[in-house]
Amino acid sequence: MREIASSELFMLALTLVFYIIAVRIQHATRMRLFNPILLGIVAMIAFLKLTGISYETYMTGGRYVDFWLKPAVVALGVPLYRQLSAIRKQLLPLLLSELAGCVAGLISVVLIARGLGATQEVVLSLAPKAVTAPIALEISEAIGGIPSLTTAVVVCTGIFGGMAGFRILDMTHVHSPIAEGLSMGTAAHAVGTAAAMERGDRYGAYSSLGLTLNGLLTAMFAPAILSLLGYVV
Amino acid sequence: MRLLIQIAVLLAFLWAGELVVWLTGVPVPSSIIGMLLLAASLRAGLVKLRHIETVADFMTHNIALFFIPAGVGLMNTLGIIADQWLPITGAVAGSTVVIIAVTGWVHKLTRRAVSNHNHPAHKPLTDKKG
Repeated sequence: MREIASSELFMLALTLVFYIIAVRIQHATRMRLFNPILLGIVAMIAFLKLTGISYETYMTGGRYVDFWLKPAVVALGVPLYRQLSAIRKQLLPLLLSELAGCVAGLISVVLIARGLGATQEVVLSLAPKAVTAPIALEISEAIGGIPSLTTAVVVCTGIFGGMAGFRILDMTHVHSPIAEGLSMGTAAHAVGTAAAMERGDRYGAYSSLGLTLNGLLTAMFAPAILSLLGYVV
Repeated sequence: MRLLIQIAVLLAFLWAGELVVWLTGVPVPSSIIGMLLLAASLRAGLVKLRHIETVADFMTHNIALFFIPAGVGLMNTLGIIADQWLPITGAVAGSTVVIIAVTGWVHKLTRRAVSNHNHPAHKPLTDKKG
């Protein structure tokens, strides 16, 4: 029984089944706390802990899904292309606000984490926390963080930003679909974009632009900013 | 056949991204470079949407699935999270507030400056409706 329940085929199938169930639960409840990533990961870990199967054994099947992570990031080039003409019209304000948000985010996350006593590997894992998980994972790996910890904090960031984002924008008196959408995507990636989408398509379109641009800018600037703040990456 | 071609195109762009990283040693993920090369090639007309669209939309709509295996690796870092919960939650919440406030404000200010510069008579920030 043990062999058949930990085979690579079973691990692969279970990953797909948990993901499908998680998506269904979110569609049914419409609660951002029931994020498919969060639910899928929690269900899988619970199963593995209960059955005593190690992560290494899980990955004999999980690696078939993991392989497609990089091609999926490449595929984001298609929505990016579709938004190019909107981006070109507004290039300067979009780039300046993205750049400011990206740099302020990187500096604040490092300073707060360090101030509260985080170890170096935790600081490096937290650095790309605002960007969409596939990109954050790649950055975390490149700068010497713990990729699985990065995935966890990325999901938590998305849920927090998605729930609190519009309240923060109200308090700072920012009221335009472009600025609000952009901020949601920049700070809280796909989960923030889902929240923005509920307010309207324009909010959603600029939010997905924000998540794409911040992913790119963070990938480009994280190593330099971390070295300025005294980390060897 | 159409889907196979699209998958091959997607993998070719990832490989091109890896080639750029291998040749230049830039510290940017190969997948990000592949994404930029894909957007640029679509823009330049080297690749048409019909060569990539179906597979790309399928993958981006289900992108959550692809990072479940990496996230399950969390089971090996539960100890770190228990030890460092305060800096982790503090930095996540604090920095998210900073990003939202800074991005929103800078956009508001630069947009006003740019539209005043281009059209002095045009009233800025009139796009209240979504």
